[in-house]
Amino acid sequence: MNAPPAAAAPVSAGDPAAGGPAARGSGPDGRWTPYACLAPFFVLFLAFGLFPLLYTGWAALHRVELTSPTRMEWVGLRNFSRLAVDEFFWNALRNTVTIGLLSTVPQLLAALGIAHLLHHRLRGSTFFRVVVLTPYATSVAAATLVFVLLFGRDHGMVNWLLGLAGIDPVDWQNGRWSSQVAVSTIVVWRWTGYNALIYLAALQSVPPELYESAELDGASRWRQFVHVTVPSLRPTILFTCVVATIGATQLFGEPLLFNGGAGATGGADHQFQTLGLYLYEQGWVNFHLGRAAAVAWTMFLLLALLALAAGLAVRLSRARSAAREGGR
Amino acid sequence: MRVPPMPRTRPGRSRPHTGRPRPHTGRPRPYGGRPRRGGALTYAVLACVTAVSLFPLLWTAVAASSDTTRLARTPPPLWFDGHLAGNLSTAWADADLGAALCNTAFVAGTVAAGTVLFSTLAGFAFAKLRFRGRRALLLVVVGAMAVPPQLSAVPLYLLVARLGWADRLQAVILPALVSAFGVFFMRQYLLGALPGELVEAARVDGAGAGRIVWHVVFPAARPAMAVLAMLTFVMAWNDFLWPVIALTQSGNPTVQVALTGLGRGYVPDQAVIMAGALLGTLPLLLVFVVFGRQIVGGIMRGAVKG
Repeated sequence: MNAPPAAAAPVSAGDPAAGGPAARGSGPDGRWTPYACLAPFFVLFLAFGLFPLLYTGWAALHRVELTSPTRMEWVGLRNFSRLAVDEFFWNALRNTVTIGLLSTVPQLLAALGIAHLLHHRLRGSTFFRVVVLTPYATSVAAATLVFVLLFGRDHGMVNWLLGLAGIDPVDWQNGRWSSQVAVSTIVVWRWTGYNALIYLAALQSVPPELYESAELDGASRWRQFVHVTVPSLRPTILFTCVVATIGATQLFGEPLLFNGGAGATGGADHQFQTLGLYLYEQGWVNFHLGRAAAVAWTMFLLLALLALAAGLAVRLSRARSAAREGGR
Repeated sequence: MRVPPMPRTRPGRSRPHTGRPRPHTGRPRPYGGRPRRGGALTYAVLACVTAVSLFPLLWTAVAASSDTTRLARTPPPLWFDGHLAGNLSTAWADADLGAALCNTAFVAGTVAAGTVLFSTLAGFAFAKLRFRGRRALLLVVVGAMAVPPQLSAVPLYLLVARLGWADRLQAVILPALVSAFGVFFMRQYLLGALPGELVEAARVDGAGAGRIVWHVVFPAARPAMAVLAMLTFVMAWNDFLWPVIALTQSGNPTVQVALTGLGRGYVPDQAVIMAGALLGTLPLLLVFVVFGRQIVGGIMRGAVKG
């Protein structure tokens, strides 16, 4: 490319050493242009992104009631110690993990399968791609309200179909596992198509030569899948796992509305109350905003720990595969 | 975190095939590369996927056209009945859905427009300008993508209460304008789509920053701006947690807040609830019918890069 040095530089992402004087420009306003372009985003980010995040930690150390949100009374770590002895907090944490697994694992596996199907040459491929994405266009509220009816105990479609197969009706709302399966189903329904499209995009960018050489080596289609497709998709799979995990920790609307009129308890026995719903209940049903902030901060720490663990795992697997490469 | 540049495929299209004609041999095609033609089984499974994807939406309409006694029958109704108009007007009146739809359209439209504008500006700076602190600020953006907004609900609520914004639409608009994803998306697109020579040439011609942005950056960024606008519109339309906290049923509800009110016992009539759900979903479904292809392309292009 015959570009002046200024233009060539930014292609190497984020490398400050490359490029020389660059597009700082000669005009009088050139030096400030970048900051002027960034200002709208970063001002909003500081006000509505970073400040609230940090202030959550501060509010968690106070007693703040919803009835007078401007009065804050210092209580130290008491909000956290109250959490530690609240069985419903631990219950919500357990539910978040189990519902998270029940929704994330089938969702990503099904998405991989659908992506594989969509990767064929198809008549109406655009139609299928849009169709699998329609659940994503349905809001949490609309989707959950329909699924409440579909999962109804007495007249629901699901139990009727189970009955046709000779299975006794399931009390989807009141059982611990059944309710968690039902809530997870809503999540799976809404997000599988979205993830399938992400996997499809990744499948399309696998270099064909890899398959051709595998073919020449006599690899079966299954071995091609295991040894070419999965390794090529690994970064994408990791990305979707991260996104789905963040989504799972935030789960709120589905368990709130799956409960019908019964408030934010997540079922009579809190059987499907997630951390997100517990946070809402503490803050906006029981009026303890300080304790809700403590829940939020705890969730943040848990996510950070998860991220750390995931980062370590990635580094380990990378080191291991590098060692394997080196051994060859 | 290293960020690979985005491939510049056009939205909604699959990768262009290599022009090489493939002789039809009896050998099975390689699994990848040029995609195989879908067989009957592929179509059969995809038909099932289509049914599962669409059935709940279709059944929302079926239930919205029924009455409560019909919904309390086994087997549940599988085809439409004649109560649709009545249920729609009840839902419209009881949940104030007219105002809710207007509010939601205004919120989603403003959020989409603002996000696209600010993201394009910031994305341009990150992609094509060099300045002190670029790396660090970009890291902040990437980090911000990973922080769930729920964690900020309490301070945001305190802020809104202090500013007297409870039940005002700006309480849900302003926080939603912070889209780290948007900035990253535009940066990735502009890295490839905006030749640096163009910016430099405009500068040599004496164009100021404003003119460069208006006459060079925006035209180059337009396809990605359109996609980001649609993605943001969908997300803002469906935003749930924060509107439910910041707005009330009786104040200035968005559709999601109104539906929550309906679902939580405001009206016990299931058919009316379904009618409300249908009304709240239809506008977005229309957007999907018209722009589905572009939205699919946007998701596929934007999300590959972790």
